[in-house]
Amino acid sequence: MRREPPRTLADYAPLAFPALMLIVFFIVPFSTMIAVSFFKRNPASFYTPDFVFDNYERFLSVFFGSVLAFSLMLAILVAVCCVAIAFPFTYLLTKCGRRTQTVWLVGLLSVLSLSEVIIGFSWSTLLSRTAGITNLLVAIGLMDQPVALLPSFGAVLTGMVYQALPYTILVLYPALVRLDPTLIEAARTLGASPPRAFFNVVTPALRNTIVATLIMVFVFALGSYLLPQILGRPSNWTLSVLITDQAIYQSNMPFAAAMAVFLVLISLALVGLTLLVGRREHAL
Amino acid sequence: MNSILKTSISRRGVLGAGVAAAGMLAMPSVLRAQDKSLKVGVYGGYFKKSFDSHIFPDFTKETGIAVESVAEPTGEAWLVQLEQAAKAGQAPADVSMMSQVATLKGQAAGLWQTLDTSKFKNYGDLLPRFVNKADDGTVYGIGAVAWYITLVTNTDVYKEAPTSWAAFWDKANADKLGLLALVSNSFLLEVTAKTFMAGTNALDTEEGLDKAFTKLAEVKPNVRLWYRDEAQFEQALKSGEIPMGQYYHDVTGLAIADGFPVRSTFPKEGGIQDSGSWVITRPSKKTEEAHVFIDYMSQPKIQGLMSRKVGTAPTLKRSVLDLTDEEFAAVSSEIEPIIPRYDLYVSKSDWLNQKWTEMIVG
Repeated sequence: MRREPPRTLADYAPLAFPALMLIVFFIVPFSTMIAVSFFKRNPASFYTPDFVFDNYERFLSVFFGSVLAFSLMLAILVAVCCVAIAFPFTYLLTKCGRRTQTVWLVGLLSVLSLSEVIIGFSWSTLLSRTAGITNLLVAIGLMDQPVALLPSFGAVLTGMVYQALPYTILVLYPALVRLDPTLIEAARTLGASPPRAFFNVVTPALRNTIVATLIMVFVFALGSYLLPQILGRPSNWTLSVLITDQAIYQSNMPFAAAMAVFLVLISLALVGLTLLVGRREHAL
Repeated sequence: MNSILKTSISRRGVLGAGVAAAGMLAMPSVLRAQDKSLKVGVYGGYFKKSFDSHIFPDFTKETGIAVESVAEPTGEAWLVQLEQAAKAGQAPADVSMMSQVATLKGQAAGLWQTLDTSKFKNYGDLLPRFVNKADDGTVYGIGAVAWYITLVTNTDVYKEAPTSWAAFWDKANADKLGLLALVSNSFLLEVTAKTFMAGTNALDTEEGLDKAFTKLAEVKPNVRLWYRDEAQFEQALKSGEIPMGQYYHDVTGLAIADGFPVRSTFPKEGGIQDSGSWVITRPSKKTEEAHVFIDYMSQPKIQGLMSRKVGTAPTLKRSVLDLTDEEFAAVSSEIEPIIPRYDLYVSKSDWLNQKWTEMIVG
């Protein structure tokens, strides 16, 4: 099929609806947020329209810097874990029969129907001392007495990886299904073992997909707010938790907006950097 | 329910005038209710459910004012919504139940109407702490509901009830406590001041606050969970996963009634008494009905009913109430309560919040 570039205004018409949605539901709210982040906070009531840098100034401290660094580190770790688990899994899944694939994909889709709250509470039960998995380990004699595995950093990471994994697999799946099987056949013919073919041929061939998936999971995990609260200690709280505290409980909208703008800018910068590095390596 | 009835009327109207008339005749009470109505904001969940089933139907029967109850989030989210709506001249609710800090902040922002106290029959019987007065003496809020936050324990884990808030500081309770996560809803600074510093007046100065923060930081190793969501702690308390903490006296009472191994103790320093006030938002045009509503809610009869059915502490003085000693003890205590320093959460809110967050996160 030959694609004609759009010429007339009517050719661009199908773009109008998505563009409108983008303006109404993204550009307008985001601009409002940027504007509010410069407003003046009045602790006794709300805020007054103004143009001050107080809110950004308050954010630039060691305390908030370390919370931001922790949030970014957590999101990166979640992204890496998800892709490390999901990529080999999806690859093996595409090698399975059609029926097996369907069953797995339906199962994964059903995990997506769980809300963050349900995931959080389920994991907090699973990792608890009174009803958790350590009771099973005690029953089979591996442990002396049940222990609580939460709140801890490990619990937060587990919960977040669990939540993001179905998305990761669903994003990787189309690319892996479409992967030319002759590539692997050629590698095998030339004497590569299956793991070697996987790491030396399949993985590099899908480099861009992997990078794109990492970025997607990173952005997805960065906004996480509930799981760090349910499964973690206060030191495992992300910046999103503090933003919510300011916005909802302190009604300090300007400061919450400033923190959110900062978070968006930093994550955009990181995504940009990743793409830039990727492109440069590609050019070599 | 009311909205369903209303839509059925409008559908009949489309079908034809005769049918519409028949439909209206069949529901005269709805017609009358539509003449006078009031949107009342109450905390969503347990409070709204209790009010909808025990309080509002009788109010409508007695006054002919239909109540549409609006579920509002606790904390200051509702204040933010009311404020945004007021800027557009809208009132998402005519009367709202507001937390004390939100009531003070709303007053500072000019969000509430001044109340005419001559319309409240039992105004003189209200405990002074349940009347919100502005500096010039005008009244803008009347106590709606009051509740206690007490020292709760799991009876399987703690055979003996603790007697003092000092139990939080006991090294034997390492990693066993569930405490509220925010400075402005846990009131732990007040608890610290009352337990170790001879009263909440010690928090008047910044040195006093610093001292309270330092003392409170000693509790940190004992805290397993800093909770924002009540269900999170309640479940852990019932199972014994987190066997001690601070929690709501009324909800703990419900858990005891359901047979869970928990208890609520008024420590010798007193339980923390928090409360919500009724306020009328400025854009509301239902001032008349709203006053009738607040008057109705402040009667001894209704305060008693609420203590029995909803589990709230009464806002009126004990002598005018018809509660038995046992009923009174279920919702309140003769021990002088710890009254939170709401003024601090308005005048020093950002400073306190920053210090608090750094204390628990750091």
